[in-house]
Amino acid sequence: MEFHNNLFIFSGLALFMILAAMFAVTSSRIMRAATLLLFVLFGTAGLYFMLHYTFLGAVQITVYAGGIVVLFIFAILLIGKGSIDITHTSKLRYLAGLLSALSGAVITIYLIDSTAFDATHFMGKDVPMKSLGLAIMGTDRYNYILPFEVLSILLLACTVGAILIARKK
Amino acid sequence: MIIPAHYFLILSAILFFIGVFGFFTRRNLVSLLISTELMLNAVDINFAVFNAYCHPGLLEGYVFAIFGIGIAAAETAVAIAIIINVYRNIHSIHIKRLRELKH
Repeated sequence: MEFHNNLFIFSGLALFMILAAMFAVTSSRIMRAATLLLFVLFGTAGLYFMLHYTFLGAVQITVYAGGIVVLFIFAILLIGKGSIDITHTSKLRYLAGLLSALSGAVITIYLIDSTAFDATHFMGKDVPMKSLGLAIMGTDRYNYILPFEVLSILLLACTVGAILIARKK
Repeated sequence: MIIPAHYFLILSAILFFIGVFGFFTRRNLVSLLISTELMLNAVDINFAVFNAYCHPGLLEGYVFAIFGIGIAAAETAVAIAIIINVYRNIHSIHIKRLRELKH
């Protein structure tokens, strides 16, 4: 019974995300596309919650949906007139994009479906916050202090670079 | 009972290729960035799913999904700064007109 409940929630989320993503890449108004991207990101947070990765889902909502989409909306509002209409692409380019995306999707889905990887260990319980924090900040094997520090330097460089690029002359 | 891992992977593949389609067909810098975000997001789903289903005792995919989200935030900030600067210079963000930056 619980399987059916989970499957029901998953298929609802999947349908919602796929429809939102498709409208996000075809909508002719960029503000609408950014809002639909927000919906896809919320759906992804729902998937993380289904995997019982609650901290990852919270990060997804706060950083991705809360931070990045707000940046998008700021940019769209600053650009203003340029964001209203999109000149339509040529038929050939549209067909080429459709063909490559479809063929890539078909090949990837076929490969996923035909690969029998060992995916039976799913435990369905939350990762405790303490072990996650120790893994990020630890210096042992399977700990990630180095990528964490590199990422913090990257974020600092990006902040400085963004200010440098976008400031008025 | 639990949902098979294949379902999640197929969903993320579909989302990724929707992003690829948008990247090929959109002609506007902000729309291109939105398509890129869709692709990055699909990759993060893959990290989390492989960690949850194949190695639940380890935290590789979990941590790298978090790092991926952080890198996506940094990339978006720089890209939007560049887009705003381009708009300030040539008053358009249509990629056909980016050629004018050369002159």
